[in-house]
Amino acid sequence: MHSLGARTQSSTRTRTPGEIVAAATPTSQAGRRIVDRAFLGVCIAFTALAVLLLVVLVVSIWQDGHARLSWQFLSSFASRKTEEAGVRAPLWGSIWVCVICAVAALPIGVGTAIYLEEFSKRSRFRSFIQLNIANLAGVPSIVYGILGLTAFARAFGTANSESPITFGQPESFFYLQLPFGHGVLAGGLTLMLVVLPIVIVSSQEALRTVPASLRTASLALGATQWQTTWNITLPASIPMIMTGGILAMSRAIGEAAPILVLGVPLFIRSTPTNLMSDFTVLPLQIYNWSMRQQSGFHELAAAGIIVLLAVLLTLNALAVIIRHRLQRANG
Amino acid sequence: MRPIRAINAFLVAAVLGSMAASSAMPTQDPKNLKGAVRVDGSSTVYLIAEAVAEEFSKVAPGVNVTVGMSGTGGGFKRFGNGETDISNASRGIKQPEIDACKSHNIEFIELPVAFDGLTIVINKGNTWAKQLTVAQIKKIFASVDTAKTWKDVDASWPSDAIKVYSPGTDSGTFDYFKEVIVGKEGKIRADISVSEDDNVIVRAIEGDKNAIGFFGYAYFAENQGKLSAVKVVNPKTGAAVSPSPATVEDASYAPFSRPLFIYVNKASLAKPAVAAYAAFALENGAKLAAEVGYIKLPTVIYERAKANLAASKLGTQMLDENGMERMGILADIYK
Amino acid sequence: MSNVAEISTATSRAAAANNRGTARSRAARIGTERVIRGSLLACALLSIVTTFTILAILLVQSASFFAMPQVSAWEFFTGTTWAPLLGEEKHFGIWPLIAGTLLVTSIAAAFALPVGLVVAIYLSEYAPSRVRSILKPILEVLAGIPTVVYGFFALAVITPFLHDHVSESFGTFNALGAGLAVGIMILPIVASLSEDSLRAVPRSLRDAAFAMGGTRFDVSTKVVVPAALSGIVASWLLAITRAIGETMIVALAAGGLASMTLNPADEVQTMTAYMVQIFTGDAPAYGIEYKSSFAVATILFVITLSLTVVGNLFLRAFREEYE
Repeated sequence: MHSLGARTQSSTRTRTPGEIVAAATPTSQAGRRIVDRAFLGVCIAFTALAVLLLVVLVVSIWQDGHARLSWQFLSSFASRKTEEAGVRAPLWGSIWVCVICAVAALPIGVGTAIYLEEFSKRSRFRSFIQLNIANLAGVPSIVYGILGLTAFARAFGTANSESPITFGQPESFFYLQLPFGHGVLAGGLTLMLVVLPIVIVSSQEALRTVPASLRTASLALGATQWQTTWNITLPASIPMIMTGGILAMSRAIGEAAPILVLGVPLFIRSTPTNLMSDFTVLPLQIYNWSMRQQSGFHELAAAGIIVLLAVLLTLNALAVIIRHRLQRANG
Repeated sequence: MRPIRAINAFLVAAVLGSMAASSAMPTQDPKNLKGAVRVDGSSTVYLIAEAVAEEFSKVAPGVNVTVGMSGTGGGFKRFGNGETDISNASRGIKQPEIDACKSHNIEFIELPVAFDGLTIVINKGNTWAKQLTVAQIKKIFASVDTAKTWKDVDASWPSDAIKVYSPGTDSGTFDYFKEVIVGKEGKIRADISVSEDDNVIVRAIEGDKNAIGFFGYAYFAENQGKLSAVKVVNPKTGAAVSPSPATVEDASYAPFSRPLFIYVNKASLAKPAVAAYAAFALENGAKLAAEVGYIKLPTVIYERAKANLAASKLGTQMLDENGMERMGILADIYK
Repeated sequence: MSNVAEISTATSRAAAANNRGTARSRAARIGTERVIRGSLLACALLSIVTTFTILAILLVQSASFFAMPQVSAWEFFTGTTWAPLLGEEKHFGIWPLIAGTLLVTSIAAAFALPVGLVVAIYLSEYAPSRVRSILKPILEVLAGIPTVVYGFFALAVITPFLHDHVSESFGTFNALGAGLAVGIMILPIVASLSEDSLRAVPRSLRDAAFAMGGTRFDVSTKVVVPAALSGIVASWLLAITRAIGETMIVALAAGGLASMTLNPADEVQTMTAYMVQIFTGDAPAYGIEYKSSFAVATILFVITLSLTVVGNLFLRAFREEYE
């Protein structure tokens, strides 16, 4: 806690309350009260504007799209006929890509957070990594798309796309090829890069909430650093880590720009069967439909948005439930 | 090699058979086909490819067809790299593109699928530029002696600035338009808005009274209520002609009538799925092209294309021995 | 949950773990510990590898762009004509793309920075806790909406509104519609980060100012906001960074004509929109236009990185003061 005195001495920007009131005295008490009221009015008006915008957004999209929502919309592939079109391919594409992203990003992100919080000392190296992560969080997602295209889809041009090196049969789930091309694996890993900084920072915050006394107690009993982390720190922080992870995944599901740069087909009527399968994702299908002029496609775009938002809401609800469950389980 | 022979037998049957419905596919049951067909290229041909892919996936549900829209040039770059099985093109392949294919040992079969009337479109509220001569179009689009306002084109027209929209420079539509209007060496003005996606141009022109742009006829056909098509004065007859299936087919809509193609990688034809897709495209091209707003080719050309596919006739017929484009009516060129 | 109880659970678990441990040799335990430490370090190093790979890709490709005979670095950094695809000759002057980006970002900032700050002040200083408990989730919902949705909103709602009610001169693609949508997108970032900063200002400062007879307005604007200023500035910078790097909204709603204009009704092309144009139209990895998009990406990367660095400096300054 800062005492008021220390604060006014340490800060050159902030004036003391006495100065402020002195500055304010020329105005009458009534005048100041009017300004106060007026400002409250401005506050409420601006806040109402923000809420209103959300309402307009949701209502206009609902109006455009709700008539299209049906089981058929979820279970049909894209079609040139708007009445037959659906989101089956992008919905499954999004799910695949998101699962791959989660499987890759969560261990790496949590691992990084554990390293930074539990295993590294306060050193230059640590603050360099920390600064680097903070800066990665500010890199536009389209730039990650370039990275994904170069590193995952093309393997830095080291392998020839005409004759990729393949492992296994295309029919099997374990089919792999190098470079990855434009399949779900490349998409999921690209999104992993986008959300990794978010996972790391939220996991770090989660680990920091675990009281130091718990660790000390464990270490004092002779447990190693990792035993302490695995048995004590992680179980105590896992609800928050999961919450952060799920929020990061909802960011990943909504990302379109990196996938756009990665290059996925515009028209696809299949769902992924292995890690190399072609795919598209919901935000890109929405983008493509929005670009088409005929009003039918417009409604499809709106309906696609409703599905996307529903997926995101489900994920958020899941985050809340997991947090509650695990908190209870941990007693 | 059994599957290939089966497909060939099926192709022959298809050539001899009727042009009618896809449901009449004989011999090998397409339902059992597996594999992937990668299609990319022209945004003009995209509408046909999308329809073909959709109908094909109904008869051959085991085949994954993906269609991209990189423009004719962009599509050929990927095709020449071996990344795609089939490339859609709204113009014939060019010599440098053939060379690129050769350097990767890629051989191809050229198949015309429909006619297009490249359509020049304006906003519904544009009451003056209802018809244009080729010279006037050149004044609007060329990079030299460019009309900045409508008044520059015709003194009686408004003095508002013209806003110009064009399909991507990688599109066959752009190439075709450019060659007709400013020739091989000429340039299109730089201060125009370019999009590989023709839907974007529809949107832009619908929203702006002073906008003008162009794209394939199907995009106009789909959006007739939103845009007006400019009548183009036929340089030979002097008559102002609107684009329509009739005027494109009888070539009176000149100089903007042109054929659309698909190019099939010969190596990909070894995959039964690709062979079946290509055959399916020819079989149903006429019907689907008309459905999405293009103009079907004369029956004789479809017959020749099917025969060429069955015989794996390689190379392009749109260029002569010296790599120059052959001019004239498609039926005289494509054998 | 009492801390003592937690510690006792912790100790019992640790003891259990330790018992399991004794079964194995100490050397093995140290070995495992090393392996784990090493893999955790590898995870942490990945973020550094990511940064350097991005830098390497951008720099190598930009270098090969500048090495092309048609390109001059001088023109790139000073030129005011961006005509990579059309015209008598190709021009690669980056300024029209930067101008387009700045126009959209300025519109977004002009809307979101003040509104976001006022919302933050309201939430932190004025709003009753019940109102706050409703508004905070609404802001979180806004923050979680994918940007392609805002792009659709710009195209389907904002621009038609501008065209019908403001001026006929707003075409389908214009800077204002895209800018406002970007503004709505960054509003929750400004509001929630600023609110965090405002709330972190010690209670004692407010109490003292109230005791001197200040109104809530006096206290908020003359004590709390100045005290939280570095945190607020940080929230602004981070929001502006997001606006500059935003892709889907501008690709949908701003258009594709790179021009030096200040007219918000005009069509503009941003740096990100140019990259989308190139990567969706011309995916194969050669050609001058393709390489030019890497040069543009490098500029974008440098701009956003500088803003993030400065923003994080402000944030750290703020945290050091109060946390």
